[in-house]
Amino acid sequence: MATKTAQQSVEMILVRQLASYLFVPVLVIDTTGTVLFYNEPAERILGVRFEETGRIDREEVDRLVELSDDPNASSEDLERPLETALQQRRPVHARRWLLRRADRVRLQVELTVFPIIDHEERLLGAMAMFWEHHGA
Amino acid sequence: MKVTPYGVRGSLAAPGPATARYGGNTSCVRVTGPDGTVLVLDAGTGIRALALELPTTLSRVDVLLTHLHMDHIIGLGFFGPLYNSVMEVHIWGPASATLSLEARLRRYLAPPLFPVLLRDLPCRLELHHTGRSRFSIGPFQIRAARVCHPGPTVGYRIETETSSLAYLPDHEPALGTRRFPVDPEWTSGFELAHDVDLLLHDAQYTREEYPGHAGWGHSTMHDALAFGQLAGVKHLAPFHHDPGRDDAALEKALDAAVAEVKPDFPVTPAAEGRSFDLGSA
Repeated sequence: MATKTAQQSVEMILVRQLASYLFVPVLVIDTTGTVLFYNEPAERILGVRFEETGRIDREEVDRLVELSDDPNASSEDLERPLETALQQRRPVHARRWLLRRADRVRLQVELTVFPIIDHEERLLGAMAMFWEHHGA
Repeated sequence: MKVTPYGVRGSLAAPGPATARYGGNTSCVRVTGPDGTVLVLDAGTGIRALALELPTTLSRVDVLLTHLHMDHIIGLGFFGPLYNSVMEVHIWGPASATLSLEARLRRYLAPPLFPVLLRDLPCRLELHHTGRSRFSIGPFQIRAARVCHPGPTVGYRIETETSSLAYLPDHEPALGTRRFPVDPEWTSGFELAHDVDLLLHDAQYTREEYPGHAGWGHSTMHDALAFGQLAGVKHLAPFHHDPGRDDAALEKALDAAVAEVKPDFPVTPAAEGRSFDLGSA
């Protein structure tokens, strides 16, 4: 019964489908940090289209965007909020500066990451949502 | 294995002359293995007649519940083996996030909904949680996985050495998709149904009826056919027929869907008493 890529759990399928309907930029992430899906609003944040990239691994995300506490500082990647959500199984909400590397555009965003846990308390991944501060 | 539906109707029993060809009982299917092992898939109203036809020599029976909506468990209290003290009955089904399978079943098998308490049943009863699991019963290798339907719901893939069956009686894999089918990786139930000899799959609605029922957990006939195509099944038996659709309307709607989709596998609407013999068993 081998398939090219194993079928995602129904919980992750439904999370992806929900994300595809939302106005808020959303990344759907697996337990390894790979971005399995991002919605159209997130395409604008990341500067790339999902149709072109498909899933993107952690290193590639870090090449696309950079998150930091300080607009003048560089280099805090997505790691901390995401790792906290995945490793400690708790939601994280933080204000960050997001630098889109391709065009060097800097955005002020709030970031909410929460773990996806099924009925059997199995960690399936996380959902990351960006709340952009327009005019910041 | 031999697969015999005893109830193919969805949501509510619909007995009467208008539904006599396919039957009016709610979900219940008997699966018989090459060695005589019997599985019962769901416990709708069809289970009463199923029990009457079990061999008198049978000492164990396993009931696999997909979920605990009423049309899938309403027959449980009328399942003869539960009242037989020498019978070993195993009930498999999903727990919820906060309640065990036993606690969930007790909500039905207790007054005021039913006069007999679960704990008072004379058979040797064992309950097993099936969320996402693999297990064996006699010659059957069984895989359970959650599928898209409101509340904790699983589908089953049942295999012997020579045959395979997928049972997804309540399933809405197209929910939220802008087009269906989509990538197998992102399709609920795909791995359960992949390449099976026979798929029993929800086909409750017509395409015209679906917009008013999106999110209720059921498929259109078109989506059932498309899901079968995607999964590469060898034979599809549309299941969970709408209680409001009589035999003539059912055939007309299914014929139209098949003519449009043109599946590359045979399509036989599930009917009470119409068995499927799979593999050499």
